[in-house]
Amino acid sequence: MAKAQDVLFRTLADPTRRAIFERLCRDGEQTVGALTARAGISQPAVSKHLGLLKRAGLVSNRHQGRQTHYRAQIESLNLLVDWTTQMTAFWRKRFDDLESLLNRMDQ
Amino acid sequence: MNAISADIRTVVVERDIPHAPEKIWRALTQPHLIAEWLMQNDFVPAVGHRFSLRTEWGAIDCRVLAIEPGTTLSYTWEALGLESVVTWTLTPTANGTRLRMEQTGFRPDQTRAYQGAKFGWPRFFAALEQMLSNDGGAA
Repeated sequence: MAKAQDVLFRTLADPTRRAIFERLCRDGEQTVGALTARAGISQPAVSKHLGLLKRAGLVSNRHQGRQTHYRAQIESLNLLVDWTTQMTAFWRKRFDDLESLLNRMDQ
Repeated sequence: MNAISADIRTVVVERDIPHAPEKIWRALTQPHLIAEWLMQNDFVPAVGHRFSLRTEWGAIDCRVLAIEPGTTLSYTWEALGLESVVTWTLTPTANGTRLRMEQTGFRPDQTRAYQGAKFGWPRFFAALEQMLSNDGGAA
């Protein structure tokens, strides 16, 4: 679990890679060509980023004729944004602050 | 980890606190006290009252659902398009109070909102923690 998280963080730490991933999330499935046209880097560079995103489970691809289409695998982010885990941590901190306030309050 | 569970999700935090229920109740229901441990707000203890918990980057929209003075307080908690319900329960103990916070959300019809909000949540928590840690020294 921690390892998978590390891979996600490392993969998304690169701004170019993150931009490609965000584009796929926002605009849906796209070809390498379409992504390259807007990425401002060469097609081999885009392909390399897509390969890393795929290895991290963040995107999947399918071939159609000569084109490869990529799409975001948004579920993979569940690892990072598990609501119950985050909220539990949030409320525990609030409880700490509440207790500290109670200690300062008059009866 | 594929399908988002259609079940209701619940977060429970419960703690024995060595203070009387009446005192804790004040901290949960008086705006200037709420501001000290949670967020700036315009809370009023009246069923149906709409209030906001405010942060520098936005607000959490809330509505009071139930009040049982000194015992139970329940309000909706809507952030990033997700509505959940926060319920506080105070139970007197020998040494003070058992305080329980239960937050329940994500009914089946909200799974789409959940999907849409996924990108928002990490930002939400990052901003929230940032804001609260900045405020920490001032209290």
